[in-house]
Amino acid sequence: MKSQVSLFCAATLLGLAGPAVAADAPTDPQIAHIAYTAGNIDIAAGKQALAKSHSKAIRSFAQEMVRDHTAVNNKALALVRKLQVTPEDNPTSQSLTKDAGTERAKLAKLRGAAFDREYINNEIAYHKTVNSALESTLIPNAKNGELKSLLQTGLTLFREHQTHAEQVAKALK
Amino acid sequence: MIGRSRLARIVAACVGGPLFCAVPISATAAPHVYTVVIDKLRFGPLPAKLHQGDTILWVNKDMFRHTATALDHSFDIDLMPGQSGKAVLAKTGPISFVCRYHPSMKGVLQVK
Repeated sequence: MKSQVSLFCAATLLGLAGPAVAADAPTDPQIAHIAYTAGNIDIAAGKQALAKSHSKAIRSFAQEMVRDHTAVNNKALALVRKLQVTPEDNPTSQSLTKDAGTERAKLAKLRGAAFDREYINNEIAYHKTVNSALESTLIPNAKNGELKSLLQTGLTLFREHQTHAEQVAKALK
Repeated sequence: MIGRSRLARIVAACVGGPLFCAVPISATAAPHVYTVVIDKLRFGPLPAKLHQGDTILWVNKDMFRHTATALDHSFDIDLMPGQSGKAVLAKTGPISFVCRYHPSMKGVLQVK
């Protein structure tokens, strides 16, 4: 009985509180967590590409992703320490991580040109998704000025990466 | 002592002579070094009056690695965060340049 109640509570939290949190304006600790998670996912994807791809263009692009997102995430870490904010996990971060796990498993099964195409196409789609989240939700809701400014730099960077990924994809065809 | 001052006059005549005689002043103006700052994924303001022989000092103040790469291959400066590098403008004409990593970062240098 007790476990049933717990399950019910968990289901209620997941089913109601989850979307409620996502629909509500995210707080700064949640925004910081989402932005950091988004960067980390792309760093991991870049490392996977560096481990698997032999294409010069793909490897150069992957190195750029690892380098640029590491730079932003290091700034983000320094900022949350300075502001004494603890990034807070949330349904959006969890959803991003879950989707990234699925894509990672898909990429793990591919090789050669098939891997390169899937990696770069996913990079385009992923950057579009994060750009949209930054524009519509994360930047408008960020309260702290320094966090907002870092997110704006993040948006400019993600847009550049999306354009670059589109160029690389075009050249692969 | 007298010999030395005479030598100095000869040297001055040789160096100064052409400046005030045959060669137009604009052609002998000393080359300038102009600074272009890179920050927040943008190239800063570009110098307006560039001449052949001038130098651009590219200063990367951003947290990202950038390049200043001429499309005509006349220069390719690759800069880690905090680094700076020089490119001498060897010829006249418009020189289009980009950052190889961030495709929207671009500009045109007008060299006379």
